[in-house]
Amino acid sequence: MALNINEIIEDSFQLIGGNFATAGEASTQLKMKLTELGVDETIIRRAAIATFEAEMNVIIYAAAARLHYVITPRNITIRIEDMGPGIEDIQLAMQEGYSTAPDWVREMGWGAGMGLPNMKKNSDEFRIDSVVGEGTTVEMVINFP
Amino acid sequence: MTLKEIADILEATVISEPNGLDVSIQSACSADMMSAVLYYHTPQSMLITGLTQPHVIRTAEIAGIRSIVFVLDKKPDEITIELARQKKIPLLCTRFCMYTASGKLYEAGLPGCLNK
Repeated sequence: MALNINEIIEDSFQLIGGNFATAGEASTQLKMKLTELGVDETIIRRAAIATFEAEMNVIIYAAAARLHYVITPRNITIRIEDMGPGIEDIQLAMQEGYSTAPDWVREMGWGAGMGLPNMKKNSDEFRIDSVVGEGTTVEMVINFP
Repeated sequence: MTLKEIADILEATVISEPNGLDVSIQSACSADMMSAVLYYHTPQSMLITGLTQPHVIRTAEIAGIRSIVFVLDKKPDEITIELARQKKIPLLCTRFCMYTASGKLYEAGLPGCLNK
């Protein structure tokens, strides 16, 4: 299917920390939008997984966040700005298997220390910036083939 | 392998089958860590898990997983079942533990997810 993107398409979502009931809503909406636009299935899966991991990080660690995506004819950019505790050591947080998640989160199947590495793995460009006590901003770009 | 064959091998109860059991499954992954599922899964696979919360269905949907088998006779609640119906993801339940369920399917020829 040919890509049906002639203009910039964007949307925003407010995410609330601790709210597992709505986890994945933003990713699902984004997935539906990309499907509607005729984007390649592999790209859709990468974008959905990266966004879902970001949503889960907000739900697990932060009080709230704003998730914003922009789709252009060339790529998709997903930006998440959270009001959370911030990350003390980003290099450590990017290591597979490193996690500071509490036990109740692990019991729900999260906090394996794969979230940030998986977001990076599914992005063509990955930027993370964090200030302890203020929050974390992640920006991911996925290019269309 | 079809879902019908999988259900027979696992002596499974079918909780919901929105599109019947004639669904082709190419591979499977067994996990209780949803991040691991998102990291290692391959599309058109099946998830074998002991978790029954609604976000397991969300994970499956995002990852493109075609079906979920709950082990140790764990039954999801109505919210989880309804979400799976909406997302058209069939749910099975087996009395076997994760190790045994995985072993039975592997022995029958269903490979694991091979992303890594």
